[in-house]
Amino acid sequence: MHTESTDPRASRVMTLEAFADTIIPGAKRSPDDHAIAGAAEGGGAVAAGALTLLEDPAGGLAHSLEGLADLLNLHASVYAGEQELSLDEALPAFVALNYDHRARMVQRLCHPDHPEKALWVGLALFSNMAFDSAAHMSTHDALASGHPGLMTIGYAKPNADGVWRFPRYSYGRALANLHPQTNSTGSLA
Amino acid sequence: MNSIESTDVVVIGSGFGGAIAAYHLAAGGARVTVLERGPWLAAEEFDHDFKLGSSYTRIFDFVVGDGMSILSGNCVGGGSVVYFATMPRAPRYIFERQGSIGRRMWPASIDRDTLDPWYDRVSESLPVTMTPWETVPYGGGIWAAACNHAGRTANPVPSAVDTDQCTNCNWMMSGCKFDAKKSLLLNYLPAAMSHGAQIRPLHEVQHLERTDDGGYRVHYRIVDDSDYRILHEAGVIEAKIVVVAAGTGATPPILQRSEKYLGKMPHAVGRYFSGNGERLNTVVFDEDRVREVLGLDRGDGTAYEAHQIGRGPVVASWDKLDGNLPEYERYSLEQLYFPPGLGTILAQVPGATGEPGDPTWFGPRKKELLREWKSWLTIFTMSEDDNEGVFGPPPETGNANRFSQQMLGHGPLSYKPTANTWRGWNLSDADVKDILERDGIAKVAPWTNDLIGAYTVHPLSSCRIGDDPETSALDDRHELRGHPGIFVTDGSAVPCGLTVNPALTISALAERAMPGIVKALNERGVSCTYGAPIPGQASTSKVKVGAGR
Repeated sequence: MHTESTDPRASRVMTLEAFADTIIPGAKRSPDDHAIAGAAEGGGAVAAGALTLLEDPAGGLAHSLEGLADLLNLHASVYAGEQELSLDEALPAFVALNYDHRARMVQRLCHPDHPEKALWVGLALFSNMAFDSAAHMSTHDALASGHPGLMTIGYAKPNADGVWRFPRYSYGRALANLHPQTNSTGSLA
Repeated sequence: MNSIESTDVVVIGSGFGGAIAAYHLAAGGARVTVLERGPWLAAEEFDHDFKLGSSYTRIFDFVVGDGMSILSGNCVGGGSVVYFATMPRAPRYIFERQGSIGRRMWPASIDRDTLDPWYDRVSESLPVTMTPWETVPYGGGIWAAACNHAGRTANPVPSAVDTDQCTNCNWMMSGCKFDAKKSLLLNYLPAAMSHGAQIRPLHEVQHLERTDDGGYRVHYRIVDDSDYRILHEAGVIEAKIVVVAAGTGATPPILQRSEKYLGKMPHAVGRYFSGNGERLNTVVFDEDRVREVLGLDRGDGTAYEAHQIGRGPVVASWDKLDGNLPEYERYSLEQLYFPPGLGTILAQVPGATGEPGDPTWFGPRKKELLREWKSWLTIFTMSEDDNEGVFGPPPETGNANRFSQQMLGHGPLSYKPTANTWRGWNLSDADVKDILERDGIAKVAPWTNDLIGAYTVHPLSSCRIGDDPETSALDDRHELRGHPGIFVTDGSAVPCGLTVNPALTISALAERAMPGIVKALNERGVSCTYGAPIPGQASTSKVKVGAGR
């Protein structure tokens, strides 16, 4: 039995985590982790801090999250009906979907013709930003703490003073012929 | 009794169009006040940090429209602070373009030959310099090598970066911490201030009104310095001349909002917007094939893995900048770095179909693509679009309904790309694929337009110059038709997409407009002379003398 869904906040968090995990999937935190579908290895958007970023008042989505979670679950119920899926009623409807169905729903919600596209693209954008740039925390702290997104993309660490410099940066030689109409300004004549 | 502040010239915006005007008019003897809606940051305040509230969200704007999103500067120095400082001249054929109107779009008085002296002047002022191959970062090098492998040419592009000072950190969209990028904070703006120009940050102009003596009353609101959604007190300044240079995305809403006070605006205000035909492809290199086929090695056995290293775009393929090709088939292909945060969400997985269950821009396959981020390169297309963008009614204030505290907002621009625009995009997509997928060097996929529409970092033409009053808002002296004394000198004045980075052309046009604005001041009894020398170079952006509120 999953008591989480009886607590509105827990239900909302699970739903938003499930959405973020659909954008950048990650490994389940525990065997009974329902929000994270486990569609990929390593930390995904949830482990990267998607919920913290979404709840940051600076982002602009914080006050809409409750409504978005409710709306997402409503869409998921309709979708499940269409697909004749039977969902675990102890879970929020979107969370009860498997990864493939979650992905199909996100494709549908973010389709250019969907009337609510802007909402879901916004949610996806922030989920992605939590992963690829850790926008809810200092980049230096994120790198020091092994932030899963920055580790995944292989973002290089800064110098000891916290600033990035790449003293070796060039192959150091001409690698193509210039356009024949290049003039002394470096532009085409 | 009149307590309203007055001056000779109000300049709206402090990017290229505003800074050049502020310098020439102040140096000529006019009293100049620059109203800039963004904050004023200098080198030590430019952060290497992606956290919301760091310099990149403070000085950068990302306005989502219907079918087109605009990325632009929002700070003292405008686009020059956040841009990549790539400064080519527009190709000769651009000035003959006919576009959607079936006749030459540019004023008869302007072509490449007449603009070259102004290009020279800006190039000396910033300065813009040639980029030797020895200073081309790995990303530019690998693009050049791939072009060469495909039988193409490739050019290191003239740039306003001092490569001796540059650390190739690739944080230049957050502002240059090292003052290596020669933004307007280091030349025109300090030179304007040395002649008495005042620069007022966080002053967002909302509308203009006419005064009884033929001048203008400029109405502004103070913007909160951390939450841009909050506007504080209102203020007014009177001026004899107004130079509008708020940026292509912000100039039309100011003029549209002013229509109620000034009377009818020219038809072309807020129409004929061009996104400079911009489009991006993400490339993922096969490191082994790069070594084997292109013969590249960083000296330590690594072939590339250098996406993070460099300074934005440095090398371009200009083979398709050919005046013999038909319009809409000409474009440049420039290598680019786009930082995480904005630069990965739109990248699509090469080979993904987008069919239900096989998403292109998210999901497990996207995560695998992100694992290869170090081997990415972005290729930037600048092509000929159809000037099909139209601004709807302006928001109540500013140019967008701000969504986030900083950076993100929704704007009134609508853009439905025509078949002509798609022709250039499709040809360039195919070309990029042809060059980079040869012999298994890389996999390529374009960014999706499904999420936020098309996108541009070089918005143009929303208040353009021309000879035809029906299709241009400004005459060839940049004066707003029917509203004497209002001049527009930003990217909105450029008639069409340029197929190259436009900052040098915007600047050259602004320089060219200055003698006419000086004359207009003289006609209004203001003593001002044209002929200021090249502005001196400041050694640091840290000095903010002349700032006022």
